[in-house]
Amino acid sequence: MSMTERHKKLERNITLLSVATFVAVAIGGLVEIAPLFWIDNTIEEVEGMRPYTPLEQAGRDIYIREGCYSCHSQMVRPFRDEVERYGHYSLAAESMYDHPFQWGSKRTGPDLARVGGRYSDEWHVQHLENPQSVVPESVMPQYGFLLESELEVHDPAANLVALRRVGVPYSDRDIAQAREDMILQANPDAGGDVDEFLSRYPKAQVRDFDGQPQQLTEMDALVAYLQMLGTLVDFGSAAAQEELAEETGR
Amino acid sequence: MHAEAAIGRTGLWFAVLIVSILVFMTAADSGFAAHAVIVGITAFALMAMSAARFDPLGKAQGFFKMPEGPSKYDDDVIRWGVIATMFWGMAGLLVGVFIASQLAFPQLNFEPYLNFGRVRPLHTSAVIFAFGGNALIATSFYVVQRTCRTQLAFPALARFVFWGYQMFIVLAATGYLLGITQSKEYAEPEWYVDLWLTIVWIAYGAVFIGTIIRRHEPHIYVANWFYLAFIVTIAMLHVVNNLAIPVSFVGSRSYSAFSGVQDALTQWWYGHNAVGFFLTAGFLAMMYYFVPKQAERPVYSYRLSIIHFWSLIFLYIWAGPHHLHYTALPDWAQTLGMVFSVMLWMPSWGGMINGLMTLNGAWDKVRTDPIIRMMVMALAFYGMSTFEGPMLSIKSVNSLSHYTDWTIGHVHSGALGWNGMITFACMYYLVPRLWKRERMYSLRMINWHFWLATIGIVFYAASMWVAGVTQGLMWREYGADGYLVNSFADTVAALHPMYLMRAFGGLLYLSGAAIMSFNVWMTLAGRLREEAPMSDAPYDPQADHPIVQSAATAVPAE
Repeated sequence: MSMTERHKKLERNITLLSVATFVAVAIGGLVEIAPLFWIDNTIEEVEGMRPYTPLEQAGRDIYIREGCYSCHSQMVRPFRDEVERYGHYSLAAESMYDHPFQWGSKRTGPDLARVGGRYSDEWHVQHLENPQSVVPESVMPQYGFLLESELEVHDPAANLVALRRVGVPYSDRDIAQAREDMILQANPDAGGDVDEFLSRYPKAQVRDFDGQPQQLTEMDALVAYLQMLGTLVDFGSAAAQEELAEETGR
Repeated sequence: MHAEAAIGRTGLWFAVLIVSILVFMTAADSGFAAHAVIVGITAFALMAMSAARFDPLGKAQGFFKMPEGPSKYDDDVIRWGVIATMFWGMAGLLVGVFIASQLAFPQLNFEPYLNFGRVRPLHTSAVIFAFGGNALIATSFYVVQRTCRTQLAFPALARFVFWGYQMFIVLAATGYLLGITQSKEYAEPEWYVDLWLTIVWIAYGAVFIGTIIRRHEPHIYVANWFYLAFIVTIAMLHVVNNLAIPVSFVGSRSYSAFSGVQDALTQWWYGHNAVGFFLTAGFLAMMYYFVPKQAERPVYSYRLSIIHFWSLIFLYIWAGPHHLHYTALPDWAQTLGMVFSVMLWMPSWGGMINGLMTLNGAWDKVRTDPIIRMMVMALAFYGMSTFEGPMLSIKSVNSLSHYTDWTIGHVHSGALGWNGMITFACMYYLVPRLWKRERMYSLRMINWHFWLATIGIVFYAASMWVAGVTQGLMWREYGADGYLVNSFADTVAALHPMYLMRAFGGLLYLSGAAIMSFNVWMTLAGRLREEAPMSDAPYDPQADHPIVQSAATAVPAE
């Protein structure tokens, strides 16, 4: 029987045709995506990764809300020019707590995977308020309204609970303290145990970020997020170098 | 409308209104509250109209001069689909020109609602899902009825599909401006809008498959295979990629079920196959019905359509990882994605060849029929972008092109050239038939539309190729001293002229669509433009006679 004759079975039976179509389109995804969940070396083990603090997570939510990913990637590729321009190439482990990922697809502006600590808080605030005032060639929109917007997070603990449900290892204490932690990180002078906070969120940066210590604004949250990007893993450490040297065929 | 039915409907809308008021009062964030208001206002308007036995659709049908009385097929909802396609097409293209101008002139950003980051998803969703989606739903309902020789299986459900889909578009679009997004490209709407779309999509599948089940033709026509693959696959992609845990059932925010590398590949498995099945399989279905119809020729090869259908849908799904070359995605997945993307070239060109060769014996129509010309140009752009795609998916090419405007140029040669042109051609085919007019108001305007769109695409694609290659090369340029030559800001400044040319190209494309809107509107109004025909060879009766000469001056034959 020729191919066209045999195909007539399929094209005369909508159930067969639907099932065959579904099988044909399901295979590729199963083969490519499913193994990423169980092949161990998909995500390398590195020191230093921790979940976002409630303030950083709030900043991340603003980053997503404003569509920053439309123009900024967070994924340094392993090329000489990118590593020299942006820093060490990105590891899978560095976005293991990112729900959703923010690797981006277009660089109308520069990569931000390692922007943390590169500029001062004042620079970030001025740049977000009026990008052209610090980078005349920039085509970035202005985000001055973030300075005037109170940071309104309906329930920071609920955000952490939802993230824990999808696999981010927040402790019960992290969740109970979520709102206090959020306020504390941007205003350490208002009271609260900074050391205890830092023991749960190592390397977290605790200070007023937007130059308005009396107010907790969306600018505080966004700058806190930007200032921590790419700062958690210490690539200079011997352990990290050893781990990366063994990376083959990931 | 019967009294009981009117009371029932009024009650239903009243219940929706009450729920939306409750949601508004308990909402966790202002965006969710705003969406509750939109749903509430819609419910209130429908409730008031049901109670007053006012039939807005009937009035609107009069406004759009839709033919009255029963038609042989269920064409009512298709007419609405044509109107919606035209409306969202204009809206999406207009927003596109706006954001293109923002990149050339950043002063055009108006914080916070009209900043580029919020408007860009509005543009992509408006053109892909609102313009493209309405064209797909309308044409699929048209084609499935004709090729199955039967009416739609569930006419009421078909109406729900259409209006429910418009609700999805409105919620998604307003959500972006309000900052409600889950940041997955082309899947930005949040969890509750996703759930709503799932319901609408299941209803769409039921209407489509139900109609095929009650067909009076033994065979399922090839266009319907493609529509079927489009509906089934989009359902799978949509459900898996949008798996998320909402923070609150009265709040807009949710967190993706996957993280980092898994989330990235799931997203681009979705993203690339939104292109593969929404913008390719669905539009190939349109091609398989409307090109043979307009050319009055049978499809070139039945055997080729079988081979390219199965290989296209099987191979497309694998191509997603080429969006993640040289990222933290494991190498084996990147390589697999690249290999399958290159293989994909063949079934893609199978579709192009089957479409173009259908014109065998009718190639003269390219000269005389502007609709055929649009279809041919659409297929030509389909061929070009499905060659460019595999090329860009090769890792060494991708290392230069990725993150640059080359990708944007590639997308638009496909979207404007293939999807836009084939949709316009199908609409030009449908409008006179659905409104029972002799022909479109003006064929010459279609010709104008064709040239404006084509020149617009050339400006768009060429400027973005140059911009992409320029930026990619500037990023990796080293001086003799061994240092990087360009700061990032230098590369931004270098693109300004290309961004201006791109906006100009977009403007040309938009003006072509504006001419189309006028043409469609006049056709709806029942007008026929008096114009010189496109195709006639000139005939001058005065000159059509033998030469009569007097004997005195006659030259003797030698």
